[in-house]
Formats: sequence, structure tokens, C-alpha cells
Amino acid sequence: MSEILDPEKREKRKGRGFSRRGFMQGIGVTGAVAPALLPEQAQAQTPPGVMGPGPVAITLNINGKPMKATVEPRETLLDTLRNQLDITGAKRVCDRGTCGACSVLVNGKVSYACSILAIDAQGKQITTIEGFAMSGGKPHAVVQAFVNNDAQQCGYCTPGFVVASKAFLDHNPNPTYEQVKDGLGGNLCRCGTYVGVRKAVLEAAKMMKGGSNA
Amino acid sequence: MQAFEYASPKTLKEALALLGSGWNDAAVLAGGTDLLSLMKDGVVAPKRVVNIKEIAELKGITKTATGVRIGAAVTVDELLSNAIVRASLPALTQAAHGITSPQIRNMGTVGGDLCQRPRCWYFRAGFGLLPKHEGTDLVTEGDNRYHAIFGDGAAKFVSASSFGPALVALGAKVKLASAGGTREVDAAKFFVAPSNNDAREVALLPNEILTEILVPVKAGEKSATYEVRQKDAMDWPLAAAAVTLTMKGSTVASANIVLGHVGPTPYWAEKASSMLAGKAITEETAEAAGKAAVEGAKPLSHNTYKVQLASVAVKRALLAAAGVKS
Repeated sequence: MSEILDPEKREKRKGRGFSRRGFMQGIGVTGAVAPALLPEQAQAQTPPGVMGPGPVAITLNINGKPMKATVEPRETLLDTLRNQLDITGAKRVCDRGTCGACSVLVNGKVSYACSILAIDAQGKQITTIEGFAMSGGKPHAVVQAFVNNDAQQCGYCTPGFVVASKAFLDHNPNPTYEQVKDGLGGNLCRCGTYVGVRKAVLEAAKMMKGGSNA
Repeated sequence: MQAFEYASPKTLKEALALLGSGWNDAAVLAGGTDLLSLMKDGVVAPKRVVNIKEIAELKGITKTATGVRIGAAVTVDELLSNAIVRASLPALTQAAHGITSPQIRNMGTVGGDLCQRPRCWYFRAGFGLLPKHEGTDLVTEGDNRYHAIFGDGAAKFVSASSFGPALVALGAKVKLASAGGTREVDAAKFFVAPSNNDAREVALLPNEILTEILVPVKAGEKSATYEVRQKDAMDWPLAAAAVTLTMKGSTVASANIVLGHVGPTPYWAEKASSMLAGKAITEETAEAAGKAAVEGAKPLSHNTYKVQLASVAVKRALLAAAGVKS
């Protein structure tokens, strides 16, 4: 897990050469090509300020770093993160703003990356699980508490739950069990690990107050 | 999802100029929690998407001479944490809390809640608002457990809006702007039961943007929303009631009872509203009003259970508004 979550190790891993994701990008599987329009034609048909429907160059601020991507306006932030920027902590599960597996922070507020257009995420501070899960080789209190409390089973919902839990604790450092239940109402776990997740959040709250890598 | 043009104007005027005369010309994007799913499922396929989140005129909650003005692009979370609304319009705060996903509350907007499309699974599967397949009415002949128990017309979906019932009960108005001007519509008339598949479930036109909601605040008026749901989280209510009460001493001077998720529009329970006048709110009177509110319900083959839920929602909303512990 630490290699996946630690940005420095991820960079090194990417340096090892061939990856399936890189291959898919290389042969252009992820992006459709826009119909060719002469610049004059495009100008004549499009009012000022209107972009697309073909690819548009954008810059996103992700985990404190500016990152460039080229997206059609219809591409979601989640797909840009996963398919173009190789930031795969946020998972694509329902893709309809229901399950929470794609949760990221947008200006500190937990949000569904599947229901935000990438082009609409410009100018905002996007934090994915990669941005806080590990620092200085140590897991974030929420991550450690998930491990301690066996708060995952198949693990697909886990990154989303960790992001939602961090956002919840940022705003509610001293929660009750009922508040935790309510505060994680935007995430689903089909394995049914809710009890472990809620215990983990309560433990993380204590760890964060104790100054343990909060 | 079909490809589309995208614009993110800074002013309402620019945004209105980018809309067209048909629904397929342009779609308005606010929180995106509904629109993106509709586009992914191919239920809508606009040529252009106009983001209205950068428009300052659509934001903010402010006191006016007669009540509260809520910008259409105010998020559910902003409404939920707003002290003015909490103090003077508890029915709205309670409805906001009923939107149980923090992610939806952070992203979704008040205007978007009013304009969200019905959750009817036949509509979401592309069969339209009045879904038929090979001559068969899909709702009445199919699985209608979450559908309407009120409404005489062909529409059997339920209005999905969380704020709609409270806004109707409170006598709110919504402001709709187009390039040609602005009009104000009563919340009660904003929701429409469509009589054909080309009609919409709200009064908004393709070239209009819902800009603000004007909610009157009447001295001494109490209000509450009570929702009955299958799960604590992540779903629309099965039935809801929003009520307002104006008291004269310990008895009711006037009441408004509006049911949600029971018909294609919020349903004003006229008889139940008027029968409370002159009475105190007690377990007994609240229960009687709940029973009166569901008189005339016409449940479908799989949703008779909703009649009882709606009745209890009315009772509990009345007790909550009056501050009576049950």
C-alpha cells in the first residue's frame, strides 16, 4: 500500500518503464479525436468563451501541484485523474454520484469526482487520497485507524471512505458515533464494513488530537 | 456521454445569451450531481453546457424586507449551515439535512434541487416522463413501488425535490430570468404535472435560468419538514411532509400542509390544512390531520404502503413544528 500511496515511490515506479496505463495512453485509447474545423469556421460558429466540443488544454491543481491535461469538455475529473494523470486512488464504481468511491476534496470539501467536469475543476484545489495518505513514510491517522480497525474488505470503497473520513474529521474533530454515521452518509460499502469504518474514524479522531500525524 | 461545447460565463447576461430555444440546444450546469448522470445515461444530450457556478448574482443568502432571498447557486451545505434560514425557516434547514450525502450537499445547489429530473426508473432508462412501451403503460403495469399515490393525470412519477414541499408550504416564489426579462412564479406553480412526453415537470423554459428563491418570513410562523425514508443515508424519501403553522395563543390560526414524493408535484393537502384552524396541536389533532391529508389517495399496484407513510409524515411534521414531543 505504501508504494501506491507515497508520491515519491510512485514517481520511481513510473520510471521503471512500461506500464499498461502508459501503453493505453500511447495508442490513444482514452481520447476521441475532434472533427477537424478550420480556425475561421470555428470562430464563426462559436460565441466567445465557448470551448470544445473537441479537446481543450486545461491545468488542474492536484495535491498542491499544477498538472496539465487535454480534455474534451465532457470528460469528468475522475476520468482525467485516472486515465491521464495516473492518479488512481479515486475509484470509478457507480459513476453516477451515488457510491462515494471517487471521493476527492475540492477546496477542502468532499465531492464526487465522477460528477465534476474536469474543465470545471480548474482553479480549484483538488486533493486526492494520494495527497495526504502518507507523509514522511508514515500513514495519516485515518489510514492507520482503518488498518487498526479492519475497516476494509474488498477495498474498493476504501480510498473514498478515507477521503470522506478525513474531510469529516477536519470539520468535526470531536464526533460521536451517530455523527460519524451521518457524516459518512455519502459513501457505500457493499461488503458491509460500516462498523469498522465508524470505529476507525472515532479512533482517528483520538489519534489526531494526540498529534499523531494529523 | 455525447460531446458538447462548454462555457463558464461570469455574468447572468452572458449565460442567458448562451441558451437556446430548445432543451437540446443548451443545458445549465450547477452542482452537476444530476445533469452529469443524465448525460451519461443518454437521457439528455445537450449541444452546449453552460456552467453557472461562476456567476456572483446567483449566490448568497440575504434578508429582504419581506423574508429571505436564496441564490439559486447556493449549495445545499451553505443553506444547511445558514443561521438566518435555521432561525426563521426551519422547514428548509430540515429538508437540507434530509439530503444525507455530504458530497451531494457540498456540490448540489438549491436551484438544482428544484430543477432535478424525476428519479422514476423508467424515465431514467429513456422511456420519457409518461413511459410507455409497445402500448403498455410501464408505471401502472410495472414496478411502481416508489411512484405517485396522488394525481389524476397521466404523470405517475414523483417530484424529486427536497425543498419543493417546504417552499410551497411557505408560499415562496422562484425567479426565472431569460434574455427578454424576468418573471416570478409561485413555488406551487413552478412544479407542473406534464400531460405529454414533450412537456416538462417544471415551469422553466429552455431559454431561462432559475436565479433566486424568495421565501417570505412571517412573524410567529412555525415550520417543519419530516421525511420518511428506507435508509438513513443516500436515498430520496419515500414520503415527506412540510408544514407551516401560524398560532393564535395555543391554537392554530392557519396551517399549510404539503406532501412530498407522493405525486408529480408537491401535493397541497387542502382539507387537512383548513381543519386545524382553532385547534391546538396535539397527538390526536396531528394524527387526524395526517389521516385527512391522505384522503383521496389512489395508490398503484405496489405502493399502498406510501399512504400510511405520508399520513405519519404529516403527523410528525406538525408535532415538530409545534414543538410537541411525541
